[in-house]
Amino acid sequence: MTFQQITLDLLEGLGQNLQLFLLTLVFALPLGLIITFGSMSKFAPLKYLTKTFVWIIRGSPLMLQLFVVFYVPGLVFGIPMKSRMLAATIAFVINYACYFSEIYRGGIESIPNGQYEAGQVLGLTKTQTFFRVVLMQVVKRIIAPMGNEFLTLVKDTSLARVIAVSEIIMAAERFTARGLIWPLFYTAVYFLAFCGILTLLFGWIEKKFSYYR
Amino acid sequence: MAILEVKNLHKNFGKTQVLKGIDFELEKGQVMSIIGSSGSGKTTLLRCVAQLETADSGSIKVDGSTIFDSNSSQKLTADEKMKNQLKTGLVFQSFNLFPQYNVLENVTLAMKLQAKRRADYKENKKEILAEIDLKAKALIAKMGLSDKLGNYPCELSGGQQQRVSIVRAMALEPSILFFDEPTSALDPELTGEVLKVIRELAEENMTMVIVTHEMDFAREVSDNIIFMDNGVIAESGSADDLINNPQTDRLKAFLSKIGK
Repeated sequence: MTFQQITLDLLEGLGQNLQLFLLTLVFALPLGLIITFGSMSKFAPLKYLTKTFVWIIRGSPLMLQLFVVFYVPGLVFGIPMKSRMLAATIAFVINYACYFSEIYRGGIESIPNGQYEAGQVLGLTKTQTFFRVVLMQVVKRIIAPMGNEFLTLVKDTSLARVIAVSEIIMAAERFTARGLIWPLFYTAVYFLAFCGILTLLFGWIEKKFSYYR
Repeated sequence: MAILEVKNLHKNFGKTQVLKGIDFELEKGQVMSIIGSSGSGKTTLLRCVAQLETADSGSIKVDGSTIFDSNSSQKLTADEKMKNQLKTGLVFQSFNLFPQYNVLENVTLAMKLQAKRRADYKENKKEILAEIDLKAKALIAKMGLSDKLGNYPCELSGGQQQRVSIVRAMALEPSILFFDEPTSALDPELTGEVLKVIRELAEENMTMVIVTHEMDFAREVSDNIIFMDNGVIAESGSADDLINNPQTDRLKAFLSKIGK
């Protein structure tokens, strides 16, 4: 068992983390916006239904949600979840979309009313005002909290091992079972590198948006 | 014919009556100032006419179109509402420029979105957009801001920002331009440049309604002044008359309080 082989094995595990990370972002970022519109809706039933949903998802452990998504289809509907990665992706997308939705909501509500009014008196429709005037300002304001969420997501992807997605920590545990403990600690290097790249990326994005206040 | 007709306008916020029956008319090409202490309802009146607030009763006619009539059961379509909205322009106290767009983009954004509704937009897209840029640049040049075309609002002084917001409203060619305390958010040394622009617009016979605390300016630039007090028009008349010969005690008290 050479160092090089362990490094490569762990890297293969990290591939699973990376896949889950990207899939979660691709679906949770837009889904979060839809949930935001629901929780900001003037139609009370939709608003409270959405808020209850967000409460349930944010109020229960992601680990538990992973179990639910993986086992409940088989137990209740008799349709066993075939792919572990699919189950993990569904659970992560729903969970993160709810957190994103609250960040979006905070960002949207922080935009001064005058921006909407300016849009209105200039004859912009509500949709145009949102997408052409407000959204870019929201993006700028939520960069920092979104950076937090992205980093948390990187590390949370390891939770997928509870439904046996063979991500990096699970890969390391296979060595532990054979009496090698250090690969488990070695995984930290991968997480640090992953998060380091993201931190740099967010710094760059923040700089890109610094041309206006 | 009057270009703006407001009849028996009422507006409540909850149980507070803010407007208690406002009637006035404004002729095309005239400038009217609305004065009064804070809480008198002048900004609410402006916001009702500019369609940012919906009045509770009464009627408002702008340039021949009824934009609000509590006695009519006819619902306006989105298209009619949009047309009505574009009949009036509004310059805000706090500018409300779009921070992520530069000066030129701030002025052209609404024009370009409006142009999309034109039947020949797809065919002549390039020409139409170039035309809009040209028109906007000419207006910006008139305000003396040609060297700021590519600057963002945060790089401009308050006076410059307010001038950009005036261009932005003017660019859509409204029938009436409203100003909500256009210099109240500015340092005293910056109010001059904004007032100068409004004065120039008055000389070009732009129809304007200005809510202001600048009494000397109001007297100089306006044809008529309305004095509002506690949700009603307490006194109105020609600018000189109203300020030099106030009839009501309330106006006398108001003018003496602000040192006139």
